[in-house]
Amino acid sequence: MRLNSVAKTVLQRLGLGLITLFIVSIIIFSAVAMLPGDFAKATLGQSATPETVAALQHEIGLDRPPVERYFSWVGKMLKGDFGSSFASRTGYRRTVAEIIAPRLYNTIFLAVMTALIAVPLALGLGIVAALYRNSWFDRVVNTVTLTTISFPEFFIAYMLAFLIISRDTFAGTEFAQSLPAWLAISINWTLNVVPKFPTLANINDETPFWDHVWRAALPSITLTLVIVAHMMRMTRAAILNMLSSPYIDMARLKGMGPMVVVVRHALPNAWAPIVTVVAFNLAYLIVGVVIVEVVFVYPGVGQLMVDAVRSRDVPVVQACALVFAAAYILLNLIADIISIATNPRLLHPR
Amino acid sequence: MSESGYKLRIAQSLIGRGKVSRRDFIHLGLAAGLTVAASDQIFVTVARAQPQQGGFAKLGMAHGATTDSIDPAGYPDTFTQTAFSGAMSNGLTEVNAKGEIQPDLAESFESSNAAKTWVFKLRKGVTFHNGKTVTAEDVVTSMRYHMGGDTKSAAKSLLESVSDIKADGPETVVFTLNSGNADFPYIMSDYHFVIMPSVDGKADWASGSRTGAFVLENFQPGVSAKLKRNPNFFKNGRPYLDEVEFIAITDLAARMAALSTGEVDYIGRADLKTLGMLKRNPKIEIIEVTGYGHYTLPMNVTMAPFDNPDVRMAMKWAINRQEIADKIFLGHATVANDNPIAPAIKFYKNPVPQHRFDPEKARHYLKKAGMEKLKVDLSVADAAFAGAVDAAALIRETAAQCGIEVNVIREAEDAYWDNIWLKKPWCASYWSGRATADWMFTQAFAAESSWNESFWKNPRFNELLVQARAETDEAKRAAMYGEMQQLTHDDGGSIVLVFNNFVSAKSKKLGHGDIAPNWENDGLKMAERWWIAQA
Repeated sequence: MRLNSVAKTVLQRLGLGLITLFIVSIIIFSAVAMLPGDFAKATLGQSATPETVAALQHEIGLDRPPVERYFSWVGKMLKGDFGSSFASRTGYRRTVAEIIAPRLYNTIFLAVMTALIAVPLALGLGIVAALYRNSWFDRVVNTVTLTTISFPEFFIAYMLAFLIISRDTFAGTEFAQSLPAWLAISINWTLNVVPKFPTLANINDETPFWDHVWRAALPSITLTLVIVAHMMRMTRAAILNMLSSPYIDMARLKGMGPMVVVVRHALPNAWAPIVTVVAFNLAYLIVGVVIVEVVFVYPGVGQLMVDAVRSRDVPVVQACALVFAAAYILLNLIADIISIATNPRLLHPR
Repeated sequence: MSESGYKLRIAQSLIGRGKVSRRDFIHLGLAAGLTVAASDQIFVTVARAQPQQGGFAKLGMAHGATTDSIDPAGYPDTFTQTAFSGAMSNGLTEVNAKGEIQPDLAESFESSNAAKTWVFKLRKGVTFHNGKTVTAEDVVTSMRYHMGGDTKSAAKSLLESVSDIKADGPETVVFTLNSGNADFPYIMSDYHFVIMPSVDGKADWASGSRTGAFVLENFQPGVSAKLKRNPNFFKNGRPYLDEVEFIAITDLAARMAALSTGEVDYIGRADLKTLGMLKRNPKIEIIEVTGYGHYTLPMNVTMAPFDNPDVRMAMKWAINRQEIADKIFLGHATVANDNPIAPAIKFYKNPVPQHRFDPEKARHYLKKAGMEKLKVDLSVADAAFAGAVDAAALIRETAAQCGIEVNVIREAEDAYWDNIWLKKPWCASYWSGRATADWMFTQAFAAESSWNESFWKNPRFNELLVQARAETDEAKRAAMYGEMQQLTHDDGGSIVLVFNNFVSAKSKKLGHGDIAPNWENDGLKMAERWWIAQA
């Protein structure tokens, strides 16, 4: 009975997700169709003559009516065919799937790597901050994370890159020479303790795994700094909320230690809001990191989509948007399932 | 000169050929009375100045998109141009560091019949990367790829004057033109016109098998392209590098950071605003070349008020070009004089007088046109060129002092070339320039050109254009081009603001000779021409 109701909810959500995806596909298609200019004009640029534009438009099918193009796109999509990029030519087909696949892998790689650092960090910090609330530790953690989330991500990214550059150049700057020698030396020493992370995260399909991790370090650190505050503060707030409930007082009166109270009693009831926020941030890691990708030249899906919009490579834009929408819907669905599965009240409905 | 001093000189000349090691050279230096540090310094300087074999260079390009391909019908920007045209392929001719034309895949070329017939003799025994010998047939199909009704080539208009191409034996190609063109070999140096193998009568671009200094190894559109040395390259000793990797770094700050941290050895289009900080790094060198590229403000001479030549003249005197060069381009630009021909181009002649900011003159011409005051719209976006919007703001200020009210309209960057350029009465535009006066004039100033951005149809100018093209007497040609440059300056509808400099930066370990001005990245041929100094 209980499992059935959970399964029913999941199926319902899945169905709703599919309907949402369908609506999103219409919105994407019309939004892209409304962009000024088209692929033929964008690629040929200043050098487009009417005949070359017409020849190119005909080859990629841009001369067909939009409604017809939409249905042929959706029809193929249902069969799992994302179509070909407009960059394809006769005898040289580039499918959207083969363009997106490596980029999506890179994006997910970065997202997972960041999540592996950020989620445990945020949860740990949140729990400890809740345990020792209003202590020095709590205040410092709050201030630091709120500071990093308040800066735009590109600022953090550039600052990190600047730190790496300063390793080599700090000693030669006028600023360093104006400082007292001991200070300049210790700053220089501190800078050199930082590993020399590559500021260029360009990787390709030949990059070995650990090299990939190493190259993705700076983007990953940047993203961690951006998302930790949100998750950490939600963990802290949710636990604190629970800590004021009567059953926690009961646990304390039984003589449980503070750590046990938090982890065994408060946390299980606090999962729902935390998981929602974690899912939200993971979705952001997949769909919203284009700026970080650009700054560190990391070849992910975000950059691909911006590229494709610029050159009006419509099939790629549409596929990217759809992948993003699907990732968003799926992660939220998982969050819902987890919050149902971990919430005793939802699990044991009366 | 002492004996040891003499030996030192000899040794210096041997360093470049890699025949003397650093250690041996320092020994000689000590014998000649130099300190270790001083002789080491000489060694490094000399070693860098001489081409050396080997090494792997990473070159950061300012462009690169996922839609890039190795198809020469495209090559929209410096990534594809430098990697696939410059490094991987060859045309019939190329432009050298002095801006002169010289044979590349061709061995020689000559014209007859008043420059209407051009005969190119191919070098013997040149092979494609796949081992096939280059024949005249390959050249014909490669050129035909850019011609005809169904071509998708961006370079189609360049070959419009070609009426026939045929192979005359395996090593001779004959071009027949509709009208004479003494500069035709320059057109053959365009980066689109690479020679590809002919397969079943069609140009085979997709295999990537070309004749260039490098063979394509791995290409990820929008990310990077890796190429390795072509051991059978037809130019003796070249290329010097074993491997090159072109990396697309479109973000300006990321490019600067990548060079600063040594992730790449070279970046195209350095950030002018932070150039000063980059210069402080002792391992980095800035390269600045005045190219052919220029920024223009075309006025549509078929529309009021620009149909009046005096109004055009008033506008030309109401702009402070020096201020624009200094403030917008931070000094990395050369003031122009309403003449689209760059100083480095053959037959360049600076028209007189130099147009500069002069409110008196501007008012004088305005009065001559029968006006006290004038109000005009200027449509700009940074899509035309970076800094266009700021330049327009400066123009509004200086023009106001001449009684001209300039209403600056900021247009959308997207589809700027579609909706604004050639559509609005006054807008901003960019030309990367062409290697010859004829080429530039034919594309942007000739009456019948679809890119005649000011719609200027001066009968005398167009008459001269056709005459000069077919004229083979150099002195007469020079006189004609001189007159045409004066005409565009006095009567033309294009305000040419400045010539932009190519500003790039490199690690000091990269060595190179004189840098070609025709395109960026050493005429797109940096991979073939540059080397890594091991010292």
